[in-house]
Amino acid sequence: MARMKFLCDADRCIECNACVTSCKNENEVPWGVNRRRVVTLNDGEPGERSVSMACMHCTDAPCAAVCPVNCFYTTDDGVVLHNKDLCIGCGYCFYACPFGAPQYPHTGNFGSRGKMDKCTFCAGGPEPEGTPGEYEKYGANRLAEGKLPICAEVCSTRALLAGDGDIVEQIYQDRVAQRGYGSGAWGWQAAYNDSVETAPRRGD
Amino acid sequence: MSKLTKGIHLRIRLVLTVIALFSGVLIAPVAAQAPLDPNAAAVSERQLLQQHYLIEGRGTIADTRSYVLEQPLGRVWRLIQAVWMRWIGAAAILITIAIFAVLYFTVGPIRFAAPRSGRMVLLFTAFERVLHWLLAVSFVILAVTGLNITFGRGLLLPLIGAEAFSRWSEAGKYVHDYSSLAFTFGVAILFLLWVKDFAPTRVDIEWFKQGGGMIAGKHPAADRFNGGQKILFWLAILGTIGVTVSGVFLLFPFYWTNVMGMQVAQIAHALIAVAFVATMIAHVYIAAVGMEGGWGAMASGWVDLNWAKQHHSLWVEREFGEGRDATPLAGGTPPT
Repeated sequence: MARMKFLCDADRCIECNACVTSCKNENEVPWGVNRRRVVTLNDGEPGERSVSMACMHCTDAPCAAVCPVNCFYTTDDGVVLHNKDLCIGCGYCFYACPFGAPQYPHTGNFGSRGKMDKCTFCAGGPEPEGTPGEYEKYGANRLAEGKLPICAEVCSTRALLAGDGDIVEQIYQDRVAQRGYGSGAWGWQAAYNDSVETAPRRGD
Repeated sequence: MSKLTKGIHLRIRLVLTVIALFSGVLIAPVAAQAPLDPNAAAVSERQLLQQHYLIEGRGTIADTRSYVLEQPLGRVWRLIQAVWMRWIGAAAILITIAIFAVLYFTVGPIRFAAPRSGRMVLLFTAFERVLHWLLAVSFVILAVTGLNITFGRGLLLPLIGAEAFSRWSEAGKYVHDYSSLAFTFGVAILFLLWVKDFAPTRVDIEWFKQGGGMIAGKHPAADRFNGGQKILFWLAILGTIGVTVSGVFLLFPFYWTNVMGMQVAQIAHALIAVAFVATMIAHVYIAAVGMEGGWGAMASGWVDLNWAKQHHSLWVEREFGEGRDATPLAGGTPPT
């Protein structure tokens, strides 16, 4: 089984937000919920970089560790999913998540956040594959159809890579070796306790 | 030196000069053509993480929380919440219970010193008792539903199953939020009602020196509330302020703070809460188990005059002193 991972090549991301909109569309994500977002660092300054970020499907996921009702589980593909029928909307996963991935349909107070929603790596949820119930709660199950997450599929610059972690890492390493620079695999340290070793910059 | 050699020397110098000039011309463009590195000024994740607790940028959606790209401190919060809190909470509660269990089996409860007089006096008014039991009930609800968040997953979930535990925890979350109102406002009223009786005095120091009546045969003087009760009162007030301030942050998530503030609020809430629970376990033992007559005082409000003399001598002196009859403080009749 492949170990699924995301990798965003910040040197390629042009902040077009196609990943964000295609995700919302593909999964019919409700208003106010963004499973994926693009954050621009050093905006308008030399060295500006944009990173498309969503749930990184961590190894030993912090959300799963802190969940009071234990509603998270990891699939054989290494995708971190959760059961909305068990979620109580306490918000703890958001405090633990290094990437701000968990989202809540309501911004209400007095604990009325509603069931947590997050990126599923387009792998649906615990309901039977391809059922309307699964789609309504968790969105598309593209993985079951043999497809990769829509965000990476639509990425025009191929900045956002999704798939088998080893392959994704290899593609990025080859890219960096060829063009001579790379700002690294953002979030990999926090998510997988792993950084992608890239070839040294030309001239170093 | 011959003319010929002089000419060769001149020629060599000329050639060297030309080479030097050309090399300068050649070297300059080479330097300018050094490989362009578009990454030279680029932000590096490692560098940002070394400089900041969280990596924050600009986003394009309304939710400003999403502008935080990474917050690796979530790992620290996870360690505290999922590992340390369980140890700290379990230790605080179990050690407190153990201490009072030892006290019970060694020192034992404080018995009536003198035979009952048969005369009853009113120690707590109906309003005080209702308020006390409102606080007691809401505190137990808050404690059980709160401890459930830390310990339920390990202790209760395996017993009742994921589905039932989720329903119970969700209900518990709402009940916790709303009973906190009853508790907080109840404590505020209690504070206003009792604060004048709970100011520390010299009598309290003497009371503590004499072991608070736990040492057999000694009955230190005390007013309406003794030194131990005063400690409890101020701990309860401090604890209430602590859980209320941190709790308001949790009730209105992200209204006044970012994710780091929420983490701090949650840790503070959990730590103060387990300390509060341990304090209240101590209160329940000392007031209801470790002292004969204590339960009745808060249940009916009436206590035997001799019990009052033993535990609250100064209060009895003032209220029912020389020339005064042991008539009830307020209206009503003692239970038969």
